[in-house]
Amino acid sequence: MTTAISVSGLVKTFGPTRALDGLDLSVATGEVHGFLGPNGSGKTTTIRVLLGLLRPDAGHAKVLGGDPWNDAVELHRRVAYVPGDVSLWPNLTGGEAIDLFGALRGGLDPKRRAELLERFDLDPSKKSRSYSKGNRQKVAVVAAFASDVELFILDEPTSGLDPLMGAVFEDYVREIRQEGKTVLLSSHVLSEVEALCDRVDIIRLGKTVESGTLAELRHLTRTSISVETARPMTGLADLRGVHDLQLEGTRAKFDIDTAEIDRVLNHLTLFEVRTLTSTPPTLEELFLRHYGDELALQHNAMEANAR
Amino acid sequence: MSLLGSAFTGTGRLVRLALRRDRIQLPIWLVGLTLTQAATVSSVVGLYPTEQERVAVAISTAQSPVGVMFNGLVSGTSVGATVITQSFMVVAMAAAFMSTLCVVRHTRQNEETGRAEMIGAGIVGRHALLTAALVVAVGANVVLGLLNAAVLIANDLPTGGSLAAGAGIAAVGIAFAAIAAVTAQVSETSRGANGMAAAAIGVAFLLRGIGDVAGKVVDGGVTLVSAWPSWLSPIGWGQQIRPFDRDNWWVLGLLVVAFAALVGLAFELTAHRDLGAGLRAVRPGRPTASSGLLSPLGLAWRLQRGVLIGWAIGIVVLGAAYGGVGDEIEDFVGDSEQLAEYFEQVGGTGRLTDVYFAATLSITGLAVAGYAIQTLLRMRAEEASGRLEPVLATSVGRTRWMWSHIAIATLGTVLLLVLMGASTGIGYGAVVGDVGDQVSNLTRAALVQAPAVLALSGLAVVAFGLLPRLAVALSWTALALCVLIGQLGELFGLPQAVVNLSPFTHLPGAPAAEVTALPLLVLLLVALAFTAFGMTSFRRRDLAPS
Repeated sequence: MTTAISVSGLVKTFGPTRALDGLDLSVATGEVHGFLGPNGSGKTTTIRVLLGLLRPDAGHAKVLGGDPWNDAVELHRRVAYVPGDVSLWPNLTGGEAIDLFGALRGGLDPKRRAELLERFDLDPSKKSRSYSKGNRQKVAVVAAFASDVELFILDEPTSGLDPLMGAVFEDYVREIRQEGKTVLLSSHVLSEVEALCDRVDIIRLGKTVESGTLAELRHLTRTSISVETARPMTGLADLRGVHDLQLEGTRAKFDIDTAEIDRVLNHLTLFEVRTLTSTPPTLEELFLRHYGDELALQHNAMEANAR
Repeated sequence: MSLLGSAFTGTGRLVRLALRRDRIQLPIWLVGLTLTQAATVSSVVGLYPTEQERVAVAISTAQSPVGVMFNGLVSGTSVGATVITQSFMVVAMAAAFMSTLCVVRHTRQNEETGRAEMIGAGIVGRHALLTAALVVAVGANVVLGLLNAAVLIANDLPTGGSLAAGAGIAAVGIAFAAIAAVTAQVSETSRGANGMAAAAIGVAFLLRGIGDVAGKVVDGGVTLVSAWPSWLSPIGWGQQIRPFDRDNWWVLGLLVVAFAALVGLAFELTAHRDLGAGLRAVRPGRPTASSGLLSPLGLAWRLQRGVLIGWAIGIVVLGAAYGGVGDEIEDFVGDSEQLAEYFEQVGGTGRLTDVYFAATLSITGLAVAGYAIQTLLRMRAEEASGRLEPVLATSVGRTRWMWSHIAIATLGTVLLLVLMGASTGIGYGAVVGDVGDQVSNLTRAALVQAPAVLALSGLAVVAFGLLPRLAVALSWTALALCVLIGQLGELFGLPQAVVNLSPFTHLPGAPAAEVTALPLLVLLLVALAFTAFGMTSFRRRDLAPS
């Protein structure tokens, strides 16, 4: 496995704010890598470091084997970037902006450009001044996907797109992946990350707090079980790793730590299982587990303010 | 009436909102224009203290087509009338721009940015937005008129004439507020609405210019009676009030009729269109880029060319005007020692016409420095708006990106100076019958300004490279200091060390003085060193969005 992006111990401060506080990130060549975190957690700062727009205070970063600051011009021929908040020149049309970004990156495929414009339903003859946020984002997405590069760095690329366009976007990411290209996808849309990403990193306050394949991360969390048996169940509450048990004789609903799943299933067979559904944890639950305390704090603060 | 009433519901709140948004902008316009009036009064009193001098300046202005074009009417030789001849056109034109920008800001710009949608969803009538904008613009003009009248009265000028002068200024502003009310309905973008309103101001200026130039000089040369085209222009109406001479208050009746008609038209248009839409749709642009755009230099040129073309037109008109009066300058200065002293201070010593050209070219140099700084600060605007980030994320290096803007600023500076020299030469050459020599002579003299302009704009490059968030303030402050040092240095007796800080201090006063190469070379080296330092600093720093 070769690495497209490797970052270790990255630190970046802006005055008193420590935006990155020893961040690690490793993206393998050919994978779609999810980059998750709430607003202000350091996702965009990391991306700006990877693009050589910011110089880190400490730590190491390598992109496609090069130094993002010193080798920026060379590297950027092989990288396409979609910013989270796309600003365009108001007096240029969308088509002109797409061609410009393509040319500055080293050329784009006109056939692919035409296809993308049609799929994303974007009118390239309109001046950027009259584009909505979603349309400006489409300009950046089309310019990126029409370029022949090895690495795509996408910073919340679908935040202004409607669900239909979000689906078109997902199709293209899968296509790119099949071509063996690498994608770093920073996102808030967990279903999108779940659908697309091979591995994810969850960051918080400038640090990586969780990293791995979705399967590995799920292992760290709980699975929801809903079960019906022939005979009334007993002893479930005493099993290690069972939470939030709701038991009504032969019906039970509960969560189990994924690591304990085998022992619990063995226990259930004692009562002759009729039906069983198990729901793996969603990314939402993973995410909430890491930010749940923060959300609870915010919630409490809001309630306190309301009072 | 309830139907009519409901169309205006919420106007009061929108007026307060507009005033709050304009709480800095409008006072700057009002104070600036009032100070302009005050400065004109004191300069007229200082330069033409006697009746004899005022007769001379009235006759020479009325006889010079260029003077009439830019100053407008001459209405006798009283102090007040002389002041109005000098100040009215500048203040009234500025009031017109203040009004059109204000009306468009509170109407079309609100619609374009979507703010109007949020307001429209609240309890406001269909006409409330436009009515509120007009209330603010008309109110600002009334205040401007009163402030101007107050300045004139405070300088011991007759009260009736002072009030008439204030009313004339306000009238021009209010007329263009009504015109902007219409253009804001017609165009879909605020830029388009402002452009159409500015074009209307330009046409009004030209119409009265043609009428005034074609007019008759009467009363022994001290009064100019306009031909009919002047009466087609709101700016012309303002002039025809002739404060301190006739005080023709009845002319304001024309304004009331025009205002009512235009505002009625604007309301009618509002009622017949959707929110956000215009009557003139935005034209579609190119679906693909031309090959000329596809490089950092191509992009920079596309972003900068409008500014350069605008400056070029202004410079050519200014140069032709400077040149056109060049032959009359000896008569014009005549016995006025103050004026001769002013030219000598700014332009140096020598033949009066050459000194005059040296002075106008040194003023041009400062103006062109304004162009260069405006152009270079576009780099900061690109960075602050977030448009630079995706460009630098392509394989465009920082040096190459910066060079393209610096190259355009540098070549634009040279081009503007050449245009200034050439148009002055053509204007002057046409009068004295020697175009070829004058063009080559004055173009070379104008180019002497270039090293100082480039040294000052090099400072803007350093500011951008080193202190991006302060670049705008630092660069304009540096230019303002150079203007102050150049215009007032001797007057205030500033120490030589301070005067030497301005690069313009070191320029030989061509064409009056001999041109020596050394100061020019030193200034060019300073410009190069600043530019190199600024570029190195930018390469080393983080990108700093706003």
